[in-house]
Amino acid sequence: MKPAPFDYFRPVSIGEACAFLAANPEARVLAGGQTLIPMLAMRLARPSALVDVTRMRELTGIDLAGDTLRIGAATTQAEALDSALVAREAPLLRLALSNVGHPPTRVRGTIGGSIAHADPSAEIALAATILGASIVYRDGDEEIRFEPVDFFIGPTITTAPPSGLLTHVAFPRRPKGRVGAGFREIAARRGDYAVASAGAQVVLHGDGTCASIALGVGGVGDVPVNVDLSELDGTPFAFDRVAGVVAAALADLECVGDLHATASYRRRAAIQLAMQAIGDAHAVAMEDAA
Amino acid sequence: MRVPLTVNGTTSEIDVEPRITLLDALRDLLGLKGTHTGCEHGVCGACTVLADGAAVRSCLMLAVQCDGIAITTIEGLAPGPGELDVVQDAFCETHGLQCGYCTPGMILAASGLLAKNDDPTDHEIRDALSGNICRCTGYGQIIEAVALAARRLRQNNLRPALDDAG
Repeated sequence: MKPAPFDYFRPVSIGEACAFLAANPEARVLAGGQTLIPMLAMRLARPSALVDVTRMRELTGIDLAGDTLRIGAATTQAEALDSALVAREAPLLRLALSNVGHPPTRVRGTIGGSIAHADPSAEIALAATILGASIVYRDGDEEIRFEPVDFFIGPTITTAPPSGLLTHVAFPRRPKGRVGAGFREIAARRGDYAVASAGAQVVLHGDGTCASIALGVGGVGDVPVNVDLSELDGTPFAFDRVAGVVAAALADLECVGDLHATASYRRRAAIQLAMQAIGDAHAVAMEDAA
Repeated sequence: MRVPLTVNGTTSEIDVEPRITLLDALRDLLGLKGTHTGCEHGVCGACTVLADGAAVRSCLMLAVQCDGIAITTIEGLAPGPGELDVVQDAFCETHGLQCGYCTPGMILAASGLLAKNDDPTDHEIRDALSGNICRCTGYGQIIEAVALAARRLRQNNLRPALDDAG
């Protein structure tokens, strides 16, 4: 369980990192290392060099930029979980983060590292998919923005440019109206890879009717799945009706079967978790005065 | 690569290949065998140390990443030779260990929690230790140990540094 040899490079700027990545096609970016270092240890990955971005100031920090919440790619999951800005502007992301690994892995693990790795059960990727965040890369001098549905195309496969560096993820700010979020997950042990997970953001009008319900499920297939519930927009929130729409939308959900769970178990679990997440989110939204 | 590594308050320059983890550097180069090697891929928590006061897995950090970071291992907790730290003492008192293999990692994960929160709920203790596997105790007495250590920390005035660490 020891990694094969590699070179180590710690750039100080995005430009320097991009130049190195362009010149060394077998190099990989090292962010928190909480997934990459196990892959190196098991020799599932054998990069020629690691480009360590954990201390790159340009890649860290959480701030508001226009109508988005901008999170630097090297911002740690622990920082994001403790951030008052994240709690206010993207409560779904905050809930998702509490399911990411364990406290000691969140201290090192980063927002961008999880997105770039694109594990199908990753909670941050699921939250980004549900909320429609923008995933922003720098490749040379070019800035490239991806929508999650175009970015995650398979298990740990993305459309990221090979020599690109993920610089930040821009989440939409808290929508107007009464907002609630819910996140549910089944895993072998708290913080382990999800067998199935679901996240929901419910936005209600002042009178309690649905403005929108954003729903996504993760861990069941090759990529996080966004579930279209727009037919519920503008209707009164009735749990039975929502359950019917969710069950119909997920009836043909493509799921994988493995040692941990069969495909049909994952589909049933996804539907249950989705309803629980929506229920949690609705309860919070009902309490939200704004 | 030559890297200055600061462990338990002492900085020493080590010469390592980039692929050497912090765990292996601590054990093999500095002789600090109290940090235990378990799974070597981030699942078991046996190798947990503190990095700038926060619990991290030393098998998932490269030694060359650690310059400028204050590392604390189990050897660095006790105030003096023959003495025990509050958390270590609580683990003994509640029988929070049997074979002891997971114990340094458990104690450092608990210390990371208590540095930020000296009045954790049962849920917060379980969450903080959720990444540490014990195959002997069944965890009950470990949770008790952390709760006892938290109570003692709240009641004593020996570690005012806790307030700064959070």
